[in-house]
Amino acid sequence: MSFPWAKHYEPKNPVMQWVDSRLPLPRFVYNAVGAGYPVPRNLNYWWNFGVLAGVALVCQLITGIVLAMHFHSSAAGAFESVNVGIMRDVNAGWFLRFAHANGASMFFVVIYIHMFRGLYYGSYKAPREMVWLLGVVIFLLLMATAFMGYVLPWGQMSFWGAQVITGFFSAIPVAGDWIRVWLLGGYAPDDAALNRFFSLHYLLPFVIAGAVILHIWALHIPGSSNPTGVEVKGEQDTVPFHPYYTAKDGLGVVVFLILFSVLIFFAPDYLGHPDNYIPANPLSTPAHIVPEWYFWPFYAILRAFTADFILPAKLWGVLAMFGSILLLFFLPWLDKSPVRSGAYRPMYKVAFWVLVFDVLVLGYCGGSPAEPLYVIVSQIAAAYYFAHFLIIVPIISSIETPKPLPGSITEAVLAKTGA
Amino acid sequence: MTSLFIKSIKFLVGGAFIVVLLIALYGSVRGVIKEPPAETAEHAMHKHPEELKLASDGPFGKFDRAQLQRGFLVYKDVCSTCHSLNLVSFRNLKDLGYSEAEVKKIAKDWGTKQPVFDEKGGTWGERDNVPSDRFPKVYYPGTGTPPDLSLITKARHDGAAYVHSLLTGYDKKPSAEALAKFPEFAKTPDGMHFNPYFANLNIAMPPPLTQDGQVQYSDGTRATVDQMSKDVSAFLVWTAEPTLETRRQAGFAVLGFLIFAAFLTYGAYRSVWAGVKH
Repeated sequence: MSFPWAKHYEPKNPVMQWVDSRLPLPRFVYNAVGAGYPVPRNLNYWWNFGVLAGVALVCQLITGIVLAMHFHSSAAGAFESVNVGIMRDVNAGWFLRFAHANGASMFFVVIYIHMFRGLYYGSYKAPREMVWLLGVVIFLLLMATAFMGYVLPWGQMSFWGAQVITGFFSAIPVAGDWIRVWLLGGYAPDDAALNRFFSLHYLLPFVIAGAVILHIWALHIPGSSNPTGVEVKGEQDTVPFHPYYTAKDGLGVVVFLILFSVLIFFAPDYLGHPDNYIPANPLSTPAHIVPEWYFWPFYAILRAFTADFILPAKLWGVLAMFGSILLLFFLPWLDKSPVRSGAYRPMYKVAFWVLVFDVLVLGYCGGSPAEPLYVIVSQIAAAYYFAHFLIIVPIISSIETPKPLPGSITEAVLAKTGA
Repeated sequence: MTSLFIKSIKFLVGGAFIVVLLIALYGSVRGVIKEPPAETAEHAMHKHPEELKLASDGPFGKFDRAQLQRGFLVYKDVCSTCHSLNLVSFRNLKDLGYSEAEVKKIAKDWGTKQPVFDEKGGTWGERDNVPSDRFPKVYYPGTGTPPDLSLITKARHDGAAYVHSLLTGYDKKPSAEALAKFPEFAKTPDGMHFNPYFANLNIAMPPPLTQDGQVQYSDGTRATVDQMSKDVSAFLVWTAEPTLETRRQAGFAVLGFLIFAAFLTYGAYRSVWAGVKH
């Protein structure tokens, strides 16, 4: 892998020489995120978000591991261990809790930008399909982890969210109810469900970390894509990851931490729902059950299916909700345009921004009560979402005339900087 | 044929979603046209909480300790009859400026006692509260379930403003126009009270603050209904997050450091990339 001009690891320190000749871990790191990885020189700030997602994962792991030390995983004690133990009695427990809850939001912000960057610049296209596929796997794992984490404080939204999400499985014909009871370990969310969610919520982040390693590994075979979408042609097109992109990502990380800190310290409950400060009560259903903001677009798709057509509406909703993500697995083969970057694809560029708007509309509807107007808008927006990937993108890729591509990355850079 | 089917399965599945969505859309639009959504009583009569300014608002806000103490008195003399404060301990009252001895006395004199189980006798008894105890649970036999108030300002939209509006909102009656549409609201059911700030409009809680001077303030503040309501709302902001001030102080230190770090990393970025066009 990598380019022939990649720098080779030559440790000067005798200790590192000794280690490297016995276990080439330093060499591995050097080639992965050090000077041994040549990266296109023209990456813009949208390329910071991969590293930021890694930082978000590490933040969640650290705060989560410490929070788990103070958490009581039981229906009787969970709410209190969070809202009294962690929030009031544990030293800086409020910080850990707010950092973890808002860290999930920051993680999704970063992941969504990272995914849309991939969509705009065609990063999913050959030879990087595997990077994209693993990314979708990570996204699914992240959603599962976030959902189970939200259940743990055992507030009203935790409980009723668990009720609604596990209810998806009862939409499966014949065995649905049986599967749901088996998954929950009871007829409603209770100790059994809470404990298994806690166990899996602790496990999945490490699975994500494993998938991230595969994601980076797969990325390093062809190397990073870039805003022109033109492949690297020679040494002049690249710079070593370290120090060039460690410096640029360092700035990105600090800006990320500033926004993250504003949330933690000055608006820690802004993205949460007030009902989750009410202890779970199986006898009282909240007026509007809504998931966290990062699930709103998918929740809107779920609720858009209101017609029983051959299959029950609920089953359609569940299938479409999962389908809307599984669809992304097919994207590398749906978009046949040989041009990667949206910057050189006038029609695709428009379709991309319409999709961004469409997903924002879906998100807005998903966070609103299920009133007729919002349902109608979600139905149109959900149909458009599927049409974008299945109809619009394939058609565009066959009829569009792309703009002329620059001869090389260096040529594009020099044209832009006017040299 | 088979391979064509496999190739097109994603279109078949995705196409089915689109078709079913369009069928559902047709149904929803027809439903709305045939039967336009009726205005609900909540929509016609519910009021958004009025704005409430508290010393603890905003990034630089600090609790007004004297107000928190007055709010605590309102809680003690009025609210605590029905509402518990079970996530807060008596010892936390030291944050409000009470001395160790005062906290001990407040705990000891607290009306509701701590239940204790006598292992030898097998019977339940009670003992006085001590500072390390949480405020005891309150068991309320009447209609309605008075919620615990510890987190109430976090557990409702608009927090303290909602609490204040609700407490002072009992005299606001539905408009004649709204009553014409929803005549059932002309008479409030027995044991219920109309309050436009409450989600269901009829609330089981009777007006708790009814007359000026209901609570004896010792700091010279006039105990009007409005003042008592504001004070207890401020107090409940504190109970919901006693570490609020620490959180913001830490926030300024962290942001200060990060902004400094932003200059450093920007400088590092510029110097590393100097001479490399990108």
